Amino acid sequence: MIEVTQLTKVFDTTRAVDAVSFTVSREEIFGLLGPNGAGKTTTIRMLTGILKPTEGHARIGGYDIQEHPLEAKQLMGIVPEMANAYVDLSPWRNLLLMGELYGIPRKEREKKAGSLIDLFALSEKMHHRVRTLSKGMHQRVTVAMALMNTAQVLLLDEPTSGLDVESARLIRDIIRTSREEGTAVLLTTHNLQEADELCSRIAIMNHGKIMAVERPENLKRAIKCSTSVEVAFAQEVGEHEVWFESVNRVERKGDRLRLYTEAPELVIPLVVDYSRSTQNLILSLSTIGPDLEDVFLQVTGGGQ
Amino acid sequence: MKVIGQLERSLAVAKKDLLVYFLKGPTLIFGLLLPSFLFIAFAIGRDLSVEFLMPGLLGMTVFFTTSAVGPVIAPWETRMRTFERLVSSPIAFWGIILGDVIASSAFGLFITVIVLTLGALVEGVGIITGYLVVATVLSSFCFSSLGLMLSSHPTSDPSRIMMLSTLIKFPLFLISGVFIPLSEMTSARFISMLSPLTYYVDLARLSIEGTGYLNPGLNVVALALWGSAFFAIAVLLHEKNLDKRF
Repeated sequence: MIEVTQLTKVFDTTRAVDAVSFTVSREEIFGLLGPNGAGKTTTIRMLTGILKPTEGHARIGGYDIQEHPLEAKQLMGIVPEMANAYVDLSPWRNLLLMGELYGIPRKEREKKAGSLIDLFALSEKMHHRVRTLSKGMHQRVTVAMALMNTAQVLLLDEPTSGLDVESARLIRDIIRTSREEGTAVLLTTHNLQEADELCSRIAIMNHGKIMAVERPENLKRAIKCSTSVEVAFAQEVGEHEVWFESVNRVERKGDRLRLYTEAPELVIPLVVDYSRSTQNLILSLSTIGPDLEDVFLQVTGGGQ
Repeated sequence: MKVIGQLERSLAVAKKDLLVYFLKGPTLIFGLLLPSFLFIAFAIGRDLSVEFLMPGLLGMTVFFTTSAVGPVIAPWETRMRTFERLVSSPIAFWGIILGDVIASSAFGLFITVIVLTLGALVEGVGIITGYLVVATVLSSFCFSSLGLMLSSHPTSDPSRIMMLSTLIKFPLFLISGVFIPLSEMTSARFISMLSPLTYYVDLARLSIEGTGYLNPGLNVVALALWGSAFFAIAVLLHEKNLDKRF
């Protein structure tokens, strides 16, 4: 449903997206994973026809977005990076507006809007202005707007970013349901767990390029390998002294040591024992979750 | 996609604009308060007949009300990221601009009809001629398109567009024969031809005072041409600057 070929966007001298290619099929959730500035949003904006590619092509349901933009857009539901419902309109009005923009007949759009209001638990606030809603509710309205036209392709740009747990879970459930109903979903995120939980394939993107396209299993392994325990002792300690069993590697980060491990729960007691036996006080001790940079290194073969 | 379908979507955009933008501060200040104060400042303490004042008042009303909304919409939508929403929807770019123009025209026409009705109560319904009705509708389209054209600069700050808009609109307004009829102008008359408002005010004078300077058919054609040019330029400039809005 989505075919992207050598898509490139250059802003002045910056290659924001550099010859990106991928495909997304029906009933697939494809993740674009990368840090801020990786080029995910620019890629989405080219797919939605907002930005013109400098080079390359994107086809949605067989329609080239540059040559047949209206036909391509008719197949899409879009959740942009920032919630952008009309804040001076109610959720109900916003949904009806989307229905009108997609050319859905009046009775049908009212029925669809009603069912989305129920699905997103917006009934109580359906006639309140969006500006009076919480961030989570606003984002629910934005996602509901993307579903008004029963899209064959969903383009979701960090749809759960900064949301409360309940809203994020609801949106993830709806993304899964859309996939089961045959929709092709392109999801951008910088949340590793979310990508692992939802996507069947994940493209790792950085500096405008796709570094690798992986199955989630590979990502999981990378995530595990990039978990670490970070410790600072009162007196300086050599890396080799804390290279305990189940530690994969040790890195010095200023006055701290970072111990990479797949089992931080086993390493922490060993660190405490070492501190007691050497009478070297622990100044700080923390578990560090997977870091995107580390995951890139692991996934792209740059790690040790 | 069919043109009818696109026009329906333009109407959806217009409906949204009417619900969202007409009670915004800049619209009310530049569309209603400013021309009201200008008119009062011009008319107060002077011994001018209603027949003389009415064409100018109509011209000011249609000019300022219809061109006040366009400069608000685009920067506001850029700031709230809703422009991104519209552009990624299956509506042609000209359809979005047309929707904004329809909404601006509707606002202007509503206010102008009130002024025209008050004028008809004083002067009699005879002042509402076919030419005046056609010219009022065409002017609404023309000045709305002018407003949209002026808002094509890709900024998310409405005040910057309002400043630019005022800079362009005031000279057009001052040379248009609102205060001095074309027949009383001397060598400066040809400059007034550069303002589309001139043609509307001249037609309004013909309808209300019974004397116009230009041929009424020429006035109508000029308004249609100016309006078409403004609309086409508005679409082109907005499309050209789209990348810079995001």
